Amino acid sequence: MAPKKSQRPLSPHLSIYKFPLTMMLSIIHRITGSALYFGTALLVWWLVALAMGGQAFATVTWFMQSPIGLFILVGYTWAMFHHMFGGIKHFIWDFGKGFELESVDFVAKIAVIIPVILTIIVWAVGLSLV
Amino acid sequence: MSNNSNHDMRTPLSKVRGLGSAKDGTSHFWRQRLTGLANIPLALFFIYCIASVAGKSHADTLAFVANPIIAILLLLFVLSGVYHMKLGMQVIIEDYIHGEKIKILALILNLFFAAFIGMACVFSILKISFGG
Ligand code: HEM
Repeated sequence: MAPKKSQRPLSPHLSIYKFPLTMMLSIIHRITGSALYFGTALLVWWLVALAMGGQAFATVTWFMQSPIGLFILVGYTWAMFHHMFGGIKHFIWDFGKGFELESVDFVAKIAVIIPVILTIIVWAVGLSLV
Repeated sequence: MSNNSNHDMRTPLSKVRGLGSAKDGTSHFWRQRLTGLANIPLALFFIYCIASVAGKSHADTLAFVANPIIAILLLLFVLSGVYHMKLGMQVIIEDYIHGEKIKILALILNLFFAAFIGMACVFSILKISFGG
């Protein structure tokens, strides 16, 4: 007969360690922050081209409406919403609230789902205007 | 046995000031929160702008950005965003880059990048607004 499983806690085995959602989100907040950071170069390109004239603006518009451009823009929208809700989560924690295990998990799930929904809404509206 | 004060290497003055080894206390943390807070409405406004000009002609987009209300809010978004992202990237650099020379170089490049992005955006928005 197999010996009864020990009730003692195990230290994490790194190769099979399951990343808790909260930990993933902490990393993703940093990644989305960095993506937003470098993505501001696109904002500069767009604004400077707009100020320069029709020719430069046509190039930017061509890029933004290409498949790669659209992919980046949708990704940027998602990163913005995701980072925003990650930030709001930080603000809640800063007030010393929301540290209980259940509420941490619940808030984490909300902070994953709502940004996805908002991104879909914005692009459904945005693309229908084009 | 030792008395309590011997456990702490800090001078009384440094304890009173509470500024820590980076000499700026909690100000970095606080500004990151403050700009983050400002970013919430401003980023929502920015996304609204992008959706509004999607597919518009050059002339129509110019007219949209030139509207004073739009231009002022865009400028606020750029200023708050650029300050916030400079602070944020500084933390990332300090966390991951440990060589003293390369770290200082990265911190300088971070500052230059943020300054360039901010100035380029501000100049463009003002030029568009003033119709030059
Ligand atoms: C939309 C509203 C935003 C909110 C509420 C927000 C909030 C925050 C907060 C609270 C932090 C600190 C996280 C921590 O201490 O670990 C942070 C970090 C950061 N943010 Fe934002 N932010 C916003 C927008 C932006 C934008 C537009 C950018 C870039 C253009 C940006 C770039 C960054 C970066 C690079 C970090 C550092 C990430 C890290 O240390 O892990 N954020 N943000």
